[in-house]
Amino acid sequence: MAGIEVTALHKRYPDGTVAVEHVDLSIADGELFVMLGPSGCGKTTTLRAIAGLERQTTGDIRIGATLVNELPPAERDIAMVFQFYALYPHLRTRDNLAFPLRAEGLPKAEVRERVDEAARLMRLAPLLNRRPRQLSGGEQQRVALARALVRRPRAFLMDEPLTNLDAELRADMRTEIKHLQGELGTTMVYVTHDQVEAMSLGHRIAILNKGRVEQIGTPLEVYDRPASLFCAAFIGSPPMNLIEVEVADGNLCGQGGLTLTAPPGLPRDRRLVAGVRPEALEVAEPGAEHSVPARVVSAEWLGDEIIYVVDHGGRRDVRVRMPSTVRFAADAKVGLRHSGGAPAVYDVGTEELVA
Amino acid sequence: MAVSVNEAVSPGPVRDHPPPARRRSGRGRTVLEVALLTVLAVVMLFPVLWMIETSIKENRDVYAVPAKFFDFKVTLDHYRDVFVASGGGRSTLSVSFLNSVIVAGVSTVLATVLGVPAAWAYSRFAVRAKKDQLFFILSTRFMPPVVVVIPIFLMYRQVGLIDNALGLILIYTAFNVPFTIWMMKGFVDEVPAEYEDAAMLDGYTRLQAFRKFTLPLLVPGIAATAVFALIFSWNEFVFAIFLTSSDDVRTAPPAIAGLIGGTTVDWGLVAASSVVFALPVLVFAYLVRKHLVAGVTLGAVRR
Ligand SMILES: Nc1ncnc2c1ncn2[C@@H]1O[C@H](COP(=O)(O)OP(=O)(O)OP(=O)(O)O)[C@@H](O)[C@H]1O
Ligand SMILES: [Mg+2]
Repeated sequence: MAGIEVTALHKRYPDGTVAVEHVDLSIADGELFVMLGPSGCGKTTTLRAIAGLERQTTGDIRIGATLVNELPPAERDIAMVFQFYALYPHLRTRDNLAFPLRAEGLPKAEVRERVDEAARLMRLAPLLNRRPRQLSGGEQQRVALARALVRRPRAFLMDEPLTNLDAELRADMRTEIKHLQGELGTTMVYVTHDQVEAMSLGHRIAILNKGRVEQIGTPLEVYDRPASLFCAAFIGSPPMNLIEVEVADGNLCGQGGLTLTAPPGLPRDRRLVAGVRPEALEVAEPGAEHSVPARVVSAEWLGDEIIYVVDHGGRRDVRVRMPSTVRFAADAKVGLRHSGGAPAVYDVGTEELVA
Repeated sequence: MAVSVNEAVSPGPVRDHPPPARRRSGRGRTVLEVALLTVLAVVMLFPVLWMIETSIKENRDVYAVPAKFFDFKVTLDHYRDVFVASGGGRSTLSVSFLNSVIVAGVSTVLATVLGVPAAWAYSRFAVRAKKDQLFFILSTRFMPPVVVVIPIFLMYRQVGLIDNALGLILIYTAFNVPFTIWMMKGFVDEVPAEYEDAAMLDGYTRLQAFRKFTLPLLVPGIAATAVFALIFSWNEFVFAIFLTSSDDVRTAPPAIAGLIGGTTVDWGLVAASSVVFALPVLVFAYLVRKHLVAGVTLGAVRR
């Protein structure tokens, strides 16, 4: 097992596409590290560079203490699970699992033992004699995972391994992967563009955008204090309300008279935007204390909660998350107020967190 | 009025007749289709049937006027003549057939051995100006062979490849490699590169990964491509007649053509050798027909 160190990674494809602009990652030994970002931001490319399937244009990659820039994939001792599983179609499950071991030249008895162990971990025993096309998507994915762990590699790389599964199965597999990683204690780099997956899996999350790292932090840090306007708009569903504010009397004042608690140490001379989570706002009866008059534009009832879209005279409508017991009809006159602590505040110019 | 329960609830096929107009047009179309297809089949198959008939008729019956369609005596003499010379020993035609087998076989194997890895490389690697290169490769096939036959002849004369089986093998290979690359690239594109990626992570080199994982999945495609290449080489006439002259080297197409043109033409022999010539390709295509269809449709769907 080993940590992974990526320094100043830059990848330009021969056709001129810059897939990774500049990426620094420092992944600890035994960590479950998630790379999250929109489509095309360079997640797969970064992962493939770590695996050695793609040669970076510049930058260094270290696995453990070894600089692996020049090492072929076979010598990096890592396992990867692909979005399309890549199980060898002409081999039965048993042989698919045994394959990497036979490649290493392990003795037959040990191959058997390790295959059986991996099959037990992923509950594959009844499927050992089937070929990939006789397996369901979820089963194929379990085989792919088993094939990755049968080798006991120094690290796992996962490229959106759950994308092709339906929602329920995805949730199950997520739990399973997390549990497995905890049990084995093997470093794992997990790529996804699904923030729920990222939040629930990751010890730490790196948010990538256009080939750059926007933020690295624990799920809580990433959720509470997105490091940039991009992260603020990317994380959470619905994401933060971005409200233009001015500092006045030690408070933040938005349009429509909405006041928010100001965090300490704000610069005075710059245009600011406050990032307010939908759950830090409240829809109340019109005229309620500290509230500003507003109108419900629409309400999305999600079962256990309601997302209200509310017009309070600001430039943009805001979204408010309320328990489903609080009901207002569309077009109802309401009061809107801020109920959380000081919000994250961003500089409009640099798009970065200032306080 | 008694309505049987069965009738009342039966979800089975409704006995009602479909609207008569539609039925008539449906049947009318079928009749027309069958009639047209029959006519077409007769017209298209007649030369083939006539060839087969002629090959088993005695010479007398071949020239009979009016032509004898059914009541002739069956003989296999012509087939014997294809393989056995009149004085005993091997006939020159049989030598030509052997030459054809060698030339077509070797050139197909060469084209496959060269073309498949090339197709793989074009499919998997970032090659500089890949599109232009592929277009150039394809463009070599735009030109009809007869256009280059004189230059090739002059070049071959310089290097002593005239009237030489190697000369034919080389030129057929050169013509089949571009075709093989193009057709095989379609097949390789269909095989996800992840198989090779996974194999490389499992400890194989790139070439091993190709040989062990991609190649087995390409077998249907290779079979289909090879059959097409084989048919081209087997049937090729222009280069064969320009570049070879002696009976020892000549392939079957010019040899069979050479049977026509004397003072008398032994049509029975011409027909018999034509049948013998056509058979191997038919048999081979029949044997790999599953791969051919799978291959052609698979290759046709480009991602
Ligand atoms: N082989 C390649 N040649 C040229 N450009 C490529 C190649 N592979 C990827 N790219 C480009 O590089 C950029 C990053 O691609 P990458 O596959 O790393 O994105 P990603 O973050 O994994 O996206 P997704 O979530 O859609 O999988 C994209 O703009 C893509 O078009
Ligand atoms: Mg990707």
